[in-house]
Amino acid sequence: MSDHIVKAYDQDIAQLKTMLAEMGGLAEEQLDKAVSALTRHDRELADQVIKGDERLDILERQIEEKAILTIAKRQPMALDLREIMVAIRIASDIERIGDLAKNTAKRTLAIQEPLPRKLSIGLSRMAAMAQAQLKDILDAFIRKDEEKAMAVWRADEDLDALFNSIFRELLTYMMEDPRNITLCTHLLFGAKNLERIGDHTTNIAENIYFLVYGKTITEGRPKKDITSSMNPMEK
Amino acid sequence: MNQISSKNFATKAPVGIPENQTRISARKVNIYYGEKHAINDLSIEIPDRAVSAFIGPSGCGKSTFLRAINRMNDTIDTCRLTGEVRLDDKNIYDADVDVVQLRSHVGMVFQKPNPFPKSIFENVAYGPRIHGLAKTKTDLEEMVVSSLKKAGLFEEVKDRLNQSGISLSGGQQQRLCIARAIAVNPEVILMDEPCSALDPIATARIEELIDELRQNYCIIIVTHSMQQAARVSQLTAFFHMGTLVETGDTNTMFTNPQDKRTQDYITGRFG
Repeated sequence: MSDHIVKAYDQDIAQLKTMLAEMGGLAEEQLDKAVSALTRHDRELADQVIKGDERLDILERQIEEKAILTIAKRQPMALDLREIMVAIRIASDIERIGDLAKNTAKRTLAIQEPLPRKLSIGLSRMAAMAQAQLKDILDAFIRKDEEKAMAVWRADEDLDALFNSIFRELLTYMMEDPRNITLCTHLLFGAKNLERIGDHTTNIAENIYFLVYGKTITEGRPKKDITSSMNPMEK
Repeated sequence: MNQISSKNFATKAPVGIPENQTRISARKVNIYYGEKHAINDLSIEIPDRAVSAFIGPSGCGKSTFLRAINRMNDTIDTCRLTGEVRLDDKNIYDADVDVVQLRSHVGMVFQKPNPFPKSIFENVAYGPRIHGLAKTKTDLEEMVVSSLKKAGLFEEVKDRLNQSGISLSGGQQQRLCIARAIAVNPEVILMDEPCSALDPIATARIEELIDELRQNYCIIIVTHSMQQAARVSQLTAFFHMGTLVETGDTNTMFTNPQDKRTQDYITGRFG
């Protein structure tokens, strides 16, 4: 896209993108640290994540302010308008991803002893998947690559499937030995956080689609999280 | 007698006519000013009871085409037009069309308010009088009052109808010009940047008025303000270098235009 006649307008939009890129990078880092803290039972790292979330909140606010100011000053149209609207929405999704990372980190502090390896394997796998999707979607946003965005959007199914199996696994451990319940419950919430992060990632994907095509995606997203209707007592 | 001069559009939009029936349709219109090819093979359908906005950079031909709709370009010697401009089913460039009658069907409001140096009453009464629309003095008075009311000006001027039209403020003068245009019962109102000489409040009044008038008229507005086009129109046509680039529903044109030139223009990227 060529430049605006008014150069300051280009700067406004470029600044929004820079802030979003910073937010995205930070959220990736927070998620990475939060999962490491939980699986390696690293309280110090967990503390860092909890403190680090504040920066994401500040950035979200700044993006919102910048976006509103740009709308007021420039009366953006068409692609510019979509770019700004999408920036607000994506910032809000990234902020929520940050919150979920922070919540995951907090659970490290609640757990008393290091995780048994067999429990951390599934969670680590799920975390790796969520992180990869977050990274891909942020790349797709920067490059306005709607194909990549749609690939991430579809891949959320896999994350849901993994969550279902972790849910089952954790239930099994809890039934084996009630002393596992506290730990497993925290891990379950941790896994649920990752699953939610996947949902926010798909929101971002939908926004990229809107940004590129100017219309909302109408196709229903394949949803595979069935834990809300799972009962371990049923065979 | 042909349709234009028989004044048989006087009763507007009979019951049962779909709201967005085409009122004006242009086919393969080319306009030249001497050697200069100002409008290039333009075809467009303009709906009734809606506001259509023509946008585009200066010199793109939007005003030229607007003026072609009531044959204002006839006054320019070097100006030549080929193709058809149909008002309902009648080509307004047919030899049997009476231009004066045509202009009573297709009114025009200009960029700068241009009331006659006469009283407010006379400004509005002028058209009905020369077209012989009023049979009695009471008829004429009713027409003036109702036109001033439709133009949203009556309340402000009812006690001083005999004062000069020029004594009014800019925004009031423009509404007086609109009252004058609608006094002769037109079907179509052409507006060539009707707000560019007005302050924001007067502009908002005119926009509100345009929105009310579209219930009964086919309105075409040429505007340099993209925001104004987005606010007041239902259909937007983007002109560039004498070509009609893109026409579409206003909401789509300003959020998701299809042509890159439209996108560049409305987002402020045009060189």
